[in-house]
Parts: sequence; C-alpha cells; structure tokens
Amino acid sequence: MHNFEYAAPASVADAVAALAKPDAKVLAGGQTLLPTMKQRLAAPTQLVDLRKVAGLAGISREGDAVVIGAMTRHADVAASPLVHDAIKGLGALAGLIGDPAVRHRGTLGGSLANNDPAADYPAAVLALGATIVTNKREIVADDYFKGLFETVLGEDEIITKVKFPIPEKSAYEKFRNPASRYAMVGVFVAKSKTGVRVAVTGAGSSGVFRQKEMEAALAANFAADAIKGVKIAAANMISDLHGDADYRAHLVGVVARRAVEASA
Amino acid sequence: MSATGLGASVKRTEDIRFITGKGRYVDDINRPGQAHAYFLRSQHAHATINAIDFAEAAGSPGVVAIFTGQDIAADKVGGLICGWMIHSKDGSPMKAGAHPALAQGKVRYVGDAVAVVIADSYAKARDAAEKINVDYGVLPAVTDLKKAVGAANIHEAAPDNTCYNWHLGDKAATDAAFAKAAHVTKLDLVNNRLIPNAMEPRAAVGDYDSGTDTMTLYTTSQNPHVARLVLSAFIGLAPEHKLRVVAPDVGGGFGSKIFIYAEETICAWAAKKIDRPVKWTADRSEAFLSDAHGRDHATHAELAMDAQGKVTGVRVHTLANMGSYLSTFASSVPTYLYAPLLSGQYNIPAIYAEVDAIYTTTAPVDAYRGAGRPEATFVIERLMELAARETGRDPAEFRRQNFVTTFPHQTPVIMAYDVGDYAGALDKALIHADYKGVAARKAASAAKGKLRGVGFSAFIEACGIAPSAAVGSLGAGVGLWESAEVRVNPIGTVEILTGSHSHGQGHETTFAQLVSDRLGIPLENVAIVHGDTDKVQMGMGTYGSRSGAVGMSAISKALDKVVAKAKKVAGHVLEASEHDIEFKDGKFTVKGTDKAIDFGSVALQAYIAHKFNGQELEPGLKESAFWDPTNFTFPAGVHICEVEIDPETGIVNVERYTAVDDFGKLINPMIVHGQVHGGIAQGIGQALMEGAQYNSDGQLLTASYMDYCMPRADSVPSFNVDTIETVCPSNPLGIKGCGEAGAIASPPAVINAITDALGHEDIAMPATPAAVWKAAQKRPMKHAAE
Ligand SMILES: Cc1cc2nc3c(=O)[nH]c(=O)nc-3n(C[C@H](O)[C@H](O)[C@H](O)COP(=O)(O)OP(=O)(O)OC[C@H]3O[C@@H](n4cnc5c(N)ncnc54)[C@H](O)[C@@H]3O)c2cc1C
Repeated sequence: MHNFEYAAPASVADAVAALAKPDAKVLAGGQTLLPTMKQRLAAPTQLVDLRKVAGLAGISREGDAVVIGAMTRHADVAASPLVHDAIKGLGALAGLIGDPAVRHRGTLGGSLANNDPAADYPAAVLALGATIVTNKREIVADDYFKGLFETVLGEDEIITKVKFPIPEKSAYEKFRNPASRYAMVGVFVAKSKTGVRVAVTGAGSSGVFRQKEMEAALAANFAADAIKGVKIAAANMISDLHGDADYRAHLVGVVARRAVEASA
Repeated sequence: MSATGLGASVKRTEDIRFITGKGRYVDDINRPGQAHAYFLRSQHAHATINAIDFAEAAGSPGVVAIFTGQDIAADKVGGLICGWMIHSKDGSPMKAGAHPALAQGKVRYVGDAVAVVIADSYAKARDAAEKINVDYGVLPAVTDLKKAVGAANIHEAAPDNTCYNWHLGDKAATDAAFAKAAHVTKLDLVNNRLIPNAMEPRAAVGDYDSGTDTMTLYTTSQNPHVARLVLSAFIGLAPEHKLRVVAPDVGGGFGSKIFIYAEETICAWAAKKIDRPVKWTADRSEAFLSDAHGRDHATHAELAMDAQGKVTGVRVHTLANMGSYLSTFASSVPTYLYAPLLSGQYNIPAIYAEVDAIYTTTAPVDAYRGAGRPEATFVIERLMELAARETGRDPAEFRRQNFVTTFPHQTPVIMAYDVGDYAGALDKALIHADYKGVAARKAASAAKGKLRGVGFSAFIEACGIAPSAAVGSLGAGVGLWESAEVRVNPIGTVEILTGSHSHGQGHETTFAQLVSDRLGIPLENVAIVHGDTDKVQMGMGTYGSRSGAVGMSAISKALDKVVAKAKKVAGHVLEASEHDIEFKDGKFTVKGTDKAIDFGSVALQAYIAHKFNGQELEPGLKESAFWDPTNFTFPAGVHICEVEIDPETGIVNVERYTAVDDFGKLINPMIVHGQVHGGIAQGIGQALMEGAQYNSDGQLLTASYMDYCMPRADSVPSFNVDTIETVCPSNPLGIKGCGEAGAIASPPAVINAITDALGHEDIAMPATPAAVWKAAQKRPMKHAAE
C-alpha cells in the first residue's frame, strides 16, 4: 500500500469537498478498495471515509419503496425484517454476499459504485428497477450500469441511498463461483404490477444485464416452465477458468428457472 | 488405559495457546534493529537478465541494501540443492540445473527471485523495489508438460528439459503378463498440480551476532536441523556450530515447509552482510507463486488381468513436472515415493513403471501431503475400479479377490508389506457405507433427476520413512532416523527433546501421552521441546507420517534407558538388586515386598547422589537415543465415497464419506481422526476444486483465492471415520502413521464415485461444476457388464 491522506468528514458536503483533491477516493466498507490498494493496483492519494457521514446508513420504508442508505452493510440488509417482508429476494441476496466478515463491512453503495460484473447487488437493483440517489441526482437502474466496473457516477459523485420499489414477488438465485464465491451466475427475478424483470449478474461479458425474452415469457406466465424454451446465446457470456461461455449461458437458464420457482 | 496414556483421546494441550492468539510464529519474532526484506520477482516465466538498474531504488527512503545474484555469487553462496540422487535408466545421474537463491543471468518461472531490497520497513522496501529496472530478454515459456521435451531449453545442464528417465520393475515380465492377459484396462490420468496453502505463509528472520560470529535463522520449517545441515554444508552460510535454526510454532506445512528456499537463505545471509537482523514474511500472493507446488503428473496406465479376474500386471508411464528447478526432495517424489506403491493392496506379480521428470518454466514441484503416494494410489485405484466395471465385477469384490492376504509380502516394486488386514477394513467400510443400500439411494436420486455414484479407494502407503540404509541405497542424501533426549529434572518433571517438528500435528499432546504412560507421571509434568537446533542436538523433522512411527520410537527408546537407569538408582535407595526392581504406574517396587519409591523421588535421588557411589553409577537422569526404523510402515485402509451430481449444474455433492483405516496402534484416536478428516478434506479439494493453472506465457492464473479454490467446511460432509488395528512390527509402539492417509486415499474414491454416477470415465481432476456439467452431457458409454 502506498501512503495516502485520510479524511473522515461528517457530512456529504464535506465529503464532496474532500473528493475534490486529485486522486481522491471514497472509502466505504473497504472490502474492495483496501485489497486493491494493498496489492498496489490502486493508489489513491486521498481517502474520504464515509463512515462518519450522518444519515448514510439505515433501512426504511417510504411508501411503495424500501430505501436503503448507501453505507448500510450487507449484514444489516440480510438481517432486516423490513427488507425480508417487503422484498424477500433482496434480503436473501444480501445474506449470500461473501462471508460474515465481508458482510459486516461491505456496503450497498460500495458494491454499486464498484459494479463488479460478479457482484450480487447489481442484479437486484436492475431487476427491481431501483433508483440510485446521489448527492447530485437520481439515476434509474436502467441508466446506471455501464459495463465492467463502470457506472455513470462522476468523480465527485457519492451514492447516498437506493430506493427499491416493492414487488409482488421476488427471488435471487446464486450460482457461486467455486473459488471466490462471487456470483458465477446470479439471477434476480421480480414480479410487480408493471411486469416482470429478470436481471443476470456474473455471466455477462459487459456486466449485469436484463434478460428481456424471459421477462416477456414470465409476464405472460410466471412459471419456471415458461422460460424453458428461452435460448441464451453464449456470445456475450464471460469465459474463464471456472466455466466457459456455453456453461454460463446454460446456467443462466437453470438459475433463472430456480429463481422463478423460489419467488415469494 | 489411563486418562492421559496411550490410546486416550486427550484434548490437545497446545490448542489453548493457538486459539487464544498466544502462538509464537516466525512473524511474531522481532529482533532489535531489524530490517525488512522484499523480494523483487520475475514477472516473466523465462528470460535472460541483461541488466538490473537499481540506482534509483538504492536512493529510495529507508533502503539499507539491495542485493542481486551477482552479490551472492561474489560471496560464493552455494546454490539450493536437491538431496536425493536419481539415476536414469541408462545409469546417468539426474540433471539438476543450478538453483541460485537469487537469479543469475536467467529467470525460469514467474516468481523467481531476482533481487532483494532491504529497508527499514517492509513498505519502504517494496516502494524501492518498484524503482528497480530489470532489462529482460524474454524467452519462450514452457508450461505444457507434454510438449516440454522439444521446447526451449530451460537449463543448459538438462537437454530436452529432462531431469531423468527413470524406471522400476521388470519390463520383460510385465510385458509378458500383458501379452497373456484376458483383459487389459487402459487409462490416461492427470494428477493435478496443487498449491499447498498452509495457513501461515513462509517467513524468516535472519539474525547475525558479530560478537560471537553466530547466525540465527528463525524460519517456518518442518525440519530445522535439515535446514541447518543444508545451509551449512551446501550453501555455506556458517558452520553448524555457528548456525542456529529455530522453527517455533509453525502454522501448517503439508510438505511445503520441508524445503530449503531462496528467501530464508537470503535473510540469513543478508543479516550478516548488513550486520542487522533481516525479516521477511511472504504475503499470500508470494505463497501462491513461490511455495513448492505438489503433484502434477500425466500418466498412461494399464492393468492386465486373467479371465478369472486376477490382476497379473500393471504398466505405467508417467511424466512428472518438476517445475523450473529441482527442489530439496523433488527427485524422490515421482520415483521412490511413487512407483513402489503401484502394487496397492494387491498381489500383482509384475509391475513396470517409467517416469520422465521434466522441467517447465513453472514453480518448483516437490513433496505435498502424501508425496508420490497419492499419485500412485490414484493410478492403481482408478485402474482397479475401471477394470472391475469393464469386466462386470463388483469393485469391492474385485479388490477383495486381489488383496494381499499373507504377510510378509514382497511386491515386485521394492516394498515388503509387513502386516495388514485389507479384507477386514473392506468389510467394515462396506457396513459403515451401507453398501447394500446403494441401489435404493441411486434410484431415489434418479427420481429427483440426480446422478448418484459410489467409488472405492483401497489405499496403501509407505510411511514412517524410513530405514536409513534403505533410503541411502535408493539415493537419499540423508539418513531418516530420528533422535530424542529425555531429561528428567530433579523433582521428576520431564523434558523431551525431539527432532520431530510439530506444525499442527499435536506432538505436545501425543508425545507427552507416551511419557505419561511410560513414566506414570501426569501429562502436565512433561514438556515437549522441539524446533530449535540449539536445544535439540539433531533431528530429521516431520513429514511422511514419520513423527509417530520414527520420532516417538526414538523417545520410547530413550525412555527405556531412563527407566533402566532409574531402576539402578531405586535399587540403591531401596537397598535391593536392580534386577528385583519393578516399575509400574510411576512406582518402583522391590519384587515380593511392599518397599516402594515414586518416580519423582528416584529422580531426586539420582541428582543428589547420596545413596550410591558416583564412580560406579553416574549421577543424573538424562538419556538420549536415535531410532532407525527397520522397515517402512504400511498404513492402509478402504475409503468409500458416495456422491450425488446435479446434471443441470454439474455440482457434485459428497453425500457420504466412509474411511476405515489401519494405522496400527493409536496414541490419541481424536488426533488421528482429526488428521484423517483434514486429509480427506484436502483430497476432496484436489478431486473437486483445486488445480494450479498456468497460461501458455507461464503466468499463474490461479494466483489467489479468487481463482484457486480451496475446500471449505461446507464442501464436505460429516465423515464416517473408523479404524482397524494390525500392530506394526517394525517399531516398539506398533504404530504406522496417519498424517497423509486421508489425502492419499480420497481423490480416487471421489473420482471413482463421479465416474460411477456419470457412467463414463471422461472426467479429470479437479471435477469442477463446469467440467462435470460438460461430462454429464456425454452419453454414458456402456460398460461391458451393463
Ligand atoms: C472475500 C470477499 C468476498 C466477497 N464476496 C462477494 C460476493 O459474493 N458478492 C458480492 O457482490 N460482493 C462480494 N464482495 C465485495 C463486497 O460486497 C464489497 O462490499 C463491495 O464490493 C464493495 O463495498 P465496500 O463497501 O467494501 O466498498 P469499498 O471497497 O470501500 O469501495 C469500493 C469502491 O466504491 C467506491 N464507493 C464506495 N462507496 C461509495 C459511495 N457511497 N458512493 C460512491 N462511491 C463509493 C469506492 O471509492 C471504491 O472505488 C466480496 C469481498 C471480499 C473481500
């Protein structure tokens, strides 16, 4: 790890100010950022720790949405009765991230800002049609993700919270990478009054994506069998040590069907 | 049996300090004025070093010194050695390329140490290393074992990248057996390359005292005395009496800490060079790159049988990947630790094995839990299973039919099995595994759309290595005895100094149990001292499941001497002839009288020496012994694995795992079970998850836990572990050793179960979900009987 300056501001405004320094980076749970710094793959000169910023953590219900603060840890989402009652798939997803140590440090905002193609939360955000709220604007999920580790966030933009509309039914099914236990294929299925959304993480070579054929088939008939015939092309799938594109394409179908079956 | 004696499942006394964070590992040791080393490693698999420019790095803050291969050459630091000479078929000695501790002129794998930066802190050393500019001339990498022979030459001394072409057994007799065979089974097998991943990474602190001209190396070693011998006699750091090697608490080794590595050597050497202690602790990435890896064989194997199902011959050709340099015992692993086990538990009249040891531009490969024996077991147990299937025989009964049943049994490949009851283990395992219920369970799985399979592994290993003269005749550079010293203190507490080294095995408990049992004193009156060449005179260390069979036998022998001497003392005190003294449960008594004295009082009498003539009987109570075993020991057993495969995802669930092992006498059944559990988990890891992969450029793709999959607690079922006992005749305690059995037995059991479930043999280790899914797409080829 290289040397860096450390700031722990108390407000979003102060955090944004601190971010103005060159090569500054937000520090949330540190579960991605710190390992990359230790490996010297990242070397920010200024860390802006969000832990002391008031109002960034917490879970609440606001009308037809569950609102989760950016600094809310995975473990708190996983343990929240509010989340489980409202969006079952989301609570389950949080409990499947990493291991207990990771879940007690890693945050929703950090995961979304990082947008690892194998991360779990992006599938929930996209399938639920969530809205990402930053210090500057509100971004709907469909506009937010921009490929591998890329989002529309600006350099000085901080995620403050995420608004998840409450669906009728939801489920997240995760096929873990055997080594890292990140998602090799993760499918989030959400059924709401406006339709069905299916988002796939872990598999796509440009990150999380919606599977619209499945969405259409499930809108007509919300049953696992309804998507049995949907062919998943291997062309845009990740191929690596753990599985080639054919395997991932196949798994998308299997995991999606299991997610539909598990939806509640 | 007493509560703390032999055979008692005493809780491990050392665990209190380990689980409360009080263990003292090398990284916990800090010496005054210590500097820190960072090794600059090659990012190329194969390259010439044209120039190293470290002018800028040398001026970096906190830098004390930077050394390269030129410096160690100038100081005449000897190269790292391989301590086991193997001769090729044509009689020529193996071709070991030079292995300097810092690369000289050429790098041969990604991770090869090119320079060491020593600075006031690790971070400063690492910062400075980023400023070193190495001008490499990149050469082609050689990573494919099967293509390495014709590829770019790695060591001038080893044409065709071949270290040796070795063989064992009678080729003519074996070929004749195949010519007459009613059935021949053939298999191509890969034994996947593993990365050891001990919980504690390697570490070293070199500490030189210029006042006394003595050097101390604190290091993560399984055998500190062997380290001292090599560092002194071959590498030439310091003469033995001026070199102390300390291996304190060590967090696992699995073989990877047997070897003498570059980094530890450099820490000791550099400490003298700069006259300051030098510390290095590997990070996990370095451990992946530079710890000696294990296994990595490609084998063609054939088994011949007659029409009645009697195995008549086994023929094996193995390519063994040695990596880029010959590590400390690397040459012995695919030869004498491998081929002599190809007879398995079976009476096979003719066996012939050829092994070509090949260099590649990958990390060195050396002994890893089981070392050669897992590879042999994988070959013979995959062959046996397939031969049974192909000829429509039950795999259990086919094995039974071929078991060795009379002892001693001389195999055609060196080993003389001393004792065993292979059918006894099989019978018990069949019951534990509910073999009769398999068909019903297979049907139940099929009804759920799942595939269920059962696989056997009737393993045997040669442990307790080993008779020194025997291994010497096979090329070992050392003897493989063990030493012990028993120091009885004046009030009767005891210190045991042993050349064995505990790095997870629980010696502080089991060795103390032996002493408690023999001397009739409480466990807490016994201290086990190990891992320090200044305290323990000499030792050969811990590997090859030898600490019980060899290490404890040395202690036993020394205890015999202590008891004999104590009887003399007791005779004087009790005014009786030493021949009339009996010793039992910690009390010396005079036969036929009620005169008695306890052990502690005899110890005191031995030291105050008031009751005997000090000229006739030496005062004191301290004895030492060296134990040289008379044979290898032969732990054996039957493991049965039952898996269920989800053909939709390729996930293999190990549903049941049964192990019935014969380790001879057990000192502490709980610890034995623990060793078996760990070994099985490791073997399941090899079968299903682990596998080092290099790309064609020689970059290690599985260089972190993101990509190298280790077994976790939830990867394995609750094991059903049991033992049978045939007493080992070649040591006084009757024990055979248990440290490696699980890792040796389990991979073929798992793969045999998977191939049973799939209905075909086309699956390699690791059988990852992706691989199993692909394999499950194939239509099963019908085995002959079906
Ligand atoms: C062993 C291990 C296993 C893991 N397994 C999984 C898994 O199975 N599934 C999974 O999804 N993830 C997994 N993770 C990642 C984990 O979920 C992290 O929490 C997550 O990737 C990053 O969150 P963080 O709070 O730690 O962010 P940090 O590491 O602190 O930051 C990550 C990035 O996001 C930026 N950032 C953080 N917060 C904000 C914000 N509010 N606004 C703008 N930018 C911000 C930072 O500047 C940085 O660039 C694993 C991590 C580890 C170490």
